[in-house]
Amino acid sequence: MSEPLVQVEGLTRRFDISKPWLNRVIERESRQFLTANADVGFSINRGETFALVGESGSGKSTIAKMIVGLLAPSAGSIRFDGQEMDFASGADMRALRRRFQMIFQDPFASLNPRWRVRDIVAEPIVTFGLLKGAEITREVDRLLEVVGLSAADAAKFPHEFSGGQRQRIAIARALSSKPEFIVCDEPTSALDVSVQAQILNLMRDLQDEFGLTYLLISHDLSVVRHMATRIGVLYLGRLVEVADAKRLFTEPQHPYTRMLLDAVPDLALSGRRRKPVLGEIPNPIDPPSGCAFHPRCPLAADICKRETPAPRPTPTGQAACHFAGQNSEVA
Amino acid sequence: MSTVTQDPLLSVRDLVVEFPTRRGTLRALDQVSFDIAPGEVLGMVGESGAGKSITGSAIIGLIEPPGRIAGGEIRLRGERIDNLPYEQMRRIRGRRIGMVFQDPLTSLNPLYTVAQQLIQTIRTHMDVSESEARARAVALLDRVGIPAAARRIDDYPHHFSGGMRQRVVIALALAAEPELVIADEPTTALDVSVQAQIIDVLKEICAERGASVMLITHDLGVIAETADRVAVLYAGRVAEIGPVRDVIQHARHPYTRGLMGAIPTLEQDSDRLVQIPGAMPRLNAIPQGCAFNPRCEHVFDRCYKERPVLQRAAPKHQVACWLTEEGGA
Amino acid sequence: MTSDTQSSLARFWDSDIMWSFRHSPVAIVAGLVVALIALAALFAPWIAPTNPYDPAALNLMDGFTPPMEPNAFTGNSYILGTDNQGRDVLSTILYGTRISLFVGLSAVLFAMVLGITLGLIAGYRGGWVDGLLMRIADVQLSFPSILIALLIFGVARGLIPPAYRETMAIWVLIVAIGLSDWVQFARVVRGATMVEKSKEYVQAARVVGAHPVKILIKHILPNVMGPVLVIGTIGLALAIIAEATLSFLGVGVPPTQPSLGTLIRIGQQYLFSGEWWILLFPSIALLALALSVNLLGDWLRDALNPRLR
Repeated sequence: MSEPLVQVEGLTRRFDISKPWLNRVIERESRQFLTANADVGFSINRGETFALVGESGSGKSTIAKMIVGLLAPSAGSIRFDGQEMDFASGADMRALRRRFQMIFQDPFASLNPRWRVRDIVAEPIVTFGLLKGAEITREVDRLLEVVGLSAADAAKFPHEFSGGQRQRIAIARALSSKPEFIVCDEPTSALDVSVQAQILNLMRDLQDEFGLTYLLISHDLSVVRHMATRIGVLYLGRLVEVADAKRLFTEPQHPYTRMLLDAVPDLALSGRRRKPVLGEIPNPIDPPSGCAFHPRCPLAADICKRETPAPRPTPTGQAACHFAGQNSEVA
Repeated sequence: MSTVTQDPLLSVRDLVVEFPTRRGTLRALDQVSFDIAPGEVLGMVGESGAGKSITGSAIIGLIEPPGRIAGGEIRLRGERIDNLPYEQMRRIRGRRIGMVFQDPLTSLNPLYTVAQQLIQTIRTHMDVSESEARARAVALLDRVGIPAAARRIDDYPHHFSGGMRQRVVIALALAAEPELVIADEPTTALDVSVQAQIIDVLKEICAERGASVMLITHDLGVIAETADRVAVLYAGRVAEIGPVRDVIQHARHPYTRGLMGAIPTLEQDSDRLVQIPGAMPRLNAIPQGCAFNPRCEHVFDRCYKERPVLQRAAPKHQVACWLTEEGGA
Repeated sequence: MTSDTQSSLARFWDSDIMWSFRHSPVAIVAGLVVALIALAALFAPWIAPTNPYDPAALNLMDGFTPPMEPNAFTGNSYILGTDNQGRDVLSTILYGTRISLFVGLSAVLFAMVLGITLGLIAGYRGGWVDGLLMRIADVQLSFPSILIALLIFGVARGLIPPAYRETMAIWVLIVAIGLSDWVQFARVVRGATMVEKSKEYVQAARVVGAHPVKILIKHILPNVMGPVLVIGTIGLALAIIAEATLSFLGVGVPPTQPSLGTLIRIGQQYLFSGEWWILLFPSIALLALALSVNLLGDWLRDALNPRLR
């Protein structure tokens, strides 16, 4: 069983952000596209936590949405347990759908305010027809206890809970179809730190208990380091580096990764010197030529402006940089 | 001379802010006291609902009705400012207290160019000519790191990126050379790689001008890098206040200690994060005695009966916890 | 069971909306007026002194009796007087309000169902479906709704065989007013649907492959009902007035079953000959009803608006 659980190849998503047809004709403008993701490829092994980090405009949430079928890819393929995901074909997908779930960022928006907790948690069970009648109630009660709530909470409405408790309810819902793979889209970025720790610990416990595989989407490097086994770094829709989690922080291969690490505040007051980060993320509608990072890159050379670098193997994984694997000493 | 510098720039004593609701009066702030010395950066941390933003709003006199200051006093250079009429308070805001908010767009008027807004602010508070104000504005923008400031000053706010906009807001907050800048989550809406830039600019420019800063944020990392002292708020009360290094490395209050352990860092290596059970109480259900007692692992009798007052734990380091007294420093 | 219903009643009484109601004198007065009128209309056959629809009970000699005065010929006295045909004005108002309310409520219900359905579809599907529906809505909005109602009414009358015109008139009226009013519901529901469908709870349902119709009805519909209730209430006032206007113009309900509008039309013919009561009392009833419903709608809008709370 060494085959990866999820395999993503050449994943690309373009959004049509053109003005309406009539405006285009009158203003003589051509269609405009925003490339949220270009040629993204990675694989996730069973039982691991693969994290995607990136800043706004990096397209990390778009990838999450494509994997769970909320968005259709413009190109590329997603394979789940060796099976091609084709969300257009209803019957085949139904069996596959049960095996993955999603946890969302905002626990205040991810629970229907008009539904009782019981119905929210049971929704996947009912939709997939997994259980009937009293069995559903029993299963919901059990799930609530698994995530650290009580069975009595089933009769309440979401507004009676705090943000952390709501995220627990959302996790209980995600677990209810007994999935193998859970996409976690910024699961703690709307929560306070003390609550974030509870949720992160819970996610780890559940992973151990049920052998779950996670795709963790986050902008917070500290969280990612704490949770992930492997990490992919995104910049303007492209995967710039994939590396083993611990080694990404000690031996960053891509200059952008290095820059991101430098931007993390030094909470331990270890005296770690931060280098000033240069510039801001360019407009994704009109990304720089060649390597999208070249205007901010300390290593940038002529080739970086001309050619988009392909991923190359590095000691820790892979990096999409013309200089990857050569001068890791620089900068 | 020396006594003047000893006096705090801002002094908040026993501040109480209440919000009457139909289910009773909520105490958003309960006897909050702290000082900010001239030129000092005071960090104010706490989870959402702890009262950190309301403290900022109370100081600048912008608490949204029906909320009101129900007790205590706020003094700026010894002069009470919590009971000033609206018009007088408006003059203090901007002139003596500058403000930087989370969302740069709330501070900038989208209908005016950056130049118009800066020049207007400068001329409202200072007696200078139009051209002199413009020169000052360009210098300010240049100082906060806006490239080609002289050209970009005539752009509208939406022409700037998020990070650049926040730089403009900082310039605007400092335009009238205030003594105090209140920065409420100034980096929360920004990308990680930009956050550090903004914090650096804010810190440097305030240091140059001798302005004190009250930095309100939920991000202890930002505080660690920026503040001289830090106040930890919990359920509308100050749990701990002291020099940043002391509080972060030798936290006394069980809440602060839990908070520090709960944050994953790039340096630590552990499988589990320290977790504080439960959540901060809602304002309508603050327990008797110490507000942290339901979540505290060291809780004992006294914590349920009496509310702990701030006590000295080390020089300049005060903690509101009965353990401090019991266990000694 | 009883304790459960009791507690839910208690919860309702303690809810934000009831609290807001109890603290709004205008809403309380308007609510009382509406309740009074609605009850009076509902129980009209038992309350009304006479049955104005029964031709056998009418005595033309009773015509034009002023209020509280005995008739010069028959000596009968009526609280609010009688009209030209000797019908008791109080009774005609009670029965007329019945018809006005029935037509108003039915028309709003019709508009609501139509508007919600189309709004949900337009908001959720987007694309050309949305474009088409909203252009139709735009076109319709550019005409006064009473004109639309008149047009629909006219067309329907032309299509229905003369034998059925009398009996079908009320239903035609309901459809005409309803069709002239669906746009508001559709627009509001469409906007709210577009907001709701991007929320994560809808995405969570989509991840497990829930059917779009189920998502629309079970997830989105309950969350867009707030503004619908507000428009529905204000729409009721407008529908009652629209019915009165159409009846006043003579194209509404048949004169044998007069609504408030019909009564006003009859009354205004006699205003200048001194029989003021035939016009005045039905007008007051219509005004009180429409105004109170409207005030309730205004209050509901404020109470449901979280920004004002």
